[in-house]
Amino acid sequence: MNASTGKTPILAADGTPLRKSLARSLRQQKLRALMLIAPLLVFIFVAFIMPIVSMLMRSVENDIVSDTLPLTVNALQSWDAQSGELPDEVVYAAFAADIKQAALAKEHTKVGLRLNYEQSGIASLFKKTARAAVKWDIETDGPFKEKLLKIHKNWGNLEIWQALKVHSPEVTSGYFLNAVDMRKTVDGPDWQPEEKQILLVLFKRTLFMSLVITFSCIALGYPVAWLLANLPMRHANMLMILVLLPFWTSLLVRTSAWKVMLQQQGVINEVLVYMGMVADDGRLVLINNEIGTIVAMTHILLPFMILPMYSVMQTIPPSYLRAAKSLGATNWTAFWRVYFPQSVPGIGAGSILVFILAIGYYITPEIVGGTKGVFISNRIAYHIMESLNWGLAAALGTILLLAVLVLYWTYDKIVGIDNVKLGG
Amino acid sequence: MKGNTTDGSFVRFDRVQKSYDGETLVVKDLNLEIAKGEFLTMLGPSGSGKTTCLMMLAGFETATHGDILLNGVSINNIPPHKRGIGMVFQNYALFPHMTVAENLSFPLEVRKIGKSEREQKVARALDMVEMGEFGGRRPAQLSGGQQQRIALARALVFEPELVLMDEPLGALDKQLREKMQFEITDLAHRLGITVVYVTHDQTEALTMSDQVAVFNDGRIQQLAAPDALYEAPENSFVAQFIGENNTMYGTVQNVSGEMAQVKLDGGEVIDCKRVNVNNAGERTCVSIRPERVELNIGRLPQGAHTLTAEVLEFIYMGDVFRTRLRVGDNDNFIVKTRNAVDQVRLKPGTQVKIGWMPEDCRALDA
Repeated sequence: MNASTGKTPILAADGTPLRKSLARSLRQQKLRALMLIAPLLVFIFVAFIMPIVSMLMRSVENDIVSDTLPLTVNALQSWDAQSGELPDEVVYAAFAADIKQAALAKEHTKVGLRLNYEQSGIASLFKKTARAAVKWDIETDGPFKEKLLKIHKNWGNLEIWQALKVHSPEVTSGYFLNAVDMRKTVDGPDWQPEEKQILLVLFKRTLFMSLVITFSCIALGYPVAWLLANLPMRHANMLMILVLLPFWTSLLVRTSAWKVMLQQQGVINEVLVYMGMVADDGRLVLINNEIGTIVAMTHILLPFMILPMYSVMQTIPPSYLRAAKSLGATNWTAFWRVYFPQSVPGIGAGSILVFILAIGYYITPEIVGGTKGVFISNRIAYHIMESLNWGLAAALGTILLLAVLVLYWTYDKIVGIDNVKLGG
Repeated sequence: MKGNTTDGSFVRFDRVQKSYDGETLVVKDLNLEIAKGEFLTMLGPSGSGKTTCLMMLAGFETATHGDILLNGVSINNIPPHKRGIGMVFQNYALFPHMTVAENLSFPLEVRKIGKSEREQKVARALDMVEMGEFGGRRPAQLSGGQQQRIALARALVFEPELVLMDEPLGALDKQLREKMQFEITDLAHRLGITVVYVTHDQTEALTMSDQVAVFNDGRIQQLAAPDALYEAPENSFVAQFIGENNTMYGTVQNVSGEMAQVKLDGGEVIDCKRVNVNNAGERTCVSIRPERVELNIGRLPQGAHTLTAEVLEFIYMGDVFRTRLRVGDNDNFIVKTRNAVDQVRLKPGTQVKIGWMPEDCRALDA
């Protein structure tokens, strides 16, 4: 029967090779399927993939310096930044020409701001210099070294020129170094000054608190999911409504409600004081710190843990527990050895969901986190909206994305992603 | 276990009742005794209370009233894991996250049996069901019949004296089911265990059991050995539930000893064996097995009752012929005949003489 395969290809009824005719018939099916999802694909590409890619690109883009100050960047190439000497007149002249051009095009503030992230003071220095530079005639007014030094003594500061040189390439690792509390110097990457090191702490805190939130969600959600899966339908439906209730309330309302509950004059403290468990002058600090963030976020993310757990538990027939008991297992052994291992895929799915949501959460830590309970996402928001350092925000975001991907990969290696079930 | 029973029964249901909602009784006043080493089948339509009885015996349901005794000791308040009763579930309930060997080892582990002894027992149990090489597989990698064997081995590996089976063959195809029926009974007799088997398949009940308890409406309708159950049903439910039966309704005219004279609604007067009718004038349901009706009346011995019938339909079934007749006002009267050498295939529309022995015709409650 199979003797013909390998030598002569099997032919379809019309004489074309079977393999080819199969591929053709499948291709049409695939094409039709593709057309059905085409609108979604286009939407995802335009509204999701492109913005993310362009945002991620900002974490390494640095063409503003070489675009605005092309002559200076060129001239600085022959200057040895580590020599300890100021650059010569050629560089100063090139800079004078550049800054005049930039000032006329009103581009000098942008590049000043960009370099100010690396070396504070540059923004004002550029502004001051630009005001003078518009009146210069580049051909005749030299030498510019003296002129610039006269405008501000910082033009004789080696660090300014080093910063200019270090940050002149079009692609930079500077934002990523900044994102992990380092900076680019002429001597290579170096740690930020002590007082500016906050981002690594924030990363660690974000990871740690997300883990704590995930585990509290498991601890609180597991019994609820179990009840949901095992109660009679009537009661289970009621309970399900209670679980889903938070979804019908605005996130802001829920978070603000926690403010009412947790503050020092809030419900919990009042009750504790009334019951005499806490002294009036020793009220617990439950909000604007880690506790506030953990409590509120556990509450908000709990349904995302319960639902996948529930859908997995629902598929575990009660006969397994009965079988275990008939074989001589106590209630606890039957649960731990038979039921629990089968519910692990649900825990896995819930944990991934909760952890990934938690790691990028923004609103709740912003409202109840104070300064001790904020996440890296709050810092990203700050750089996007206030300091306007989008490059750094993009670098932080990229690191966050990579961290999640790495965790996902590790999870796949340890538990296996096939073991994650959202139901069925 | 100590055998301090006074009446010799191993398992005893003593006036057991069960209600789930406090309004209706699922099991009504159940009394049942099972001897040691007996293979008892609880047979009945769904909702008849047979599975509830099994679950009460296993300890997963509590009796609302009455006692369940094992070896003379009431087990009402003993949790399932301390009863030491093996159980085979309808869908096998093999733990999917454990290998076959781990599944079998589980009941031994929870009994804190040492590793080497455990391995020995697991291997022996696997050999017993001829699944020796499958210890390393997962249940999902086995066929239905293989899973069935493993479930059986798991219920037997800790050497229980009593094993419960809840429709264990329901998911298998016919051929495999018949093979497993034989294997289960063979194993049960070889090991000398007591088996309580629940099924709604009457062939299974008849072929496997020592005793069959027919359940309906929360009560045992009849408890008897398979042959007695088939040949001497005690009421019309059992008669109709077990095997095929022709039923004819009528009124008792007079009763004399073992026999009764019944006037059928079609006008015919026949002699029947009296089963549970007592007085003249009572309504009765007369039942006769299709294979006890003879189309060749010359073969019948003296004393047979004969009458004329019209052939309505002839169905060829291979080994047997089914002929549907009109007898009196009953036009669903079935006669089964073996596909023997001299058998004629009757044509619809012809009139035939049929006959039967009065002892095969049973007058039951209407």
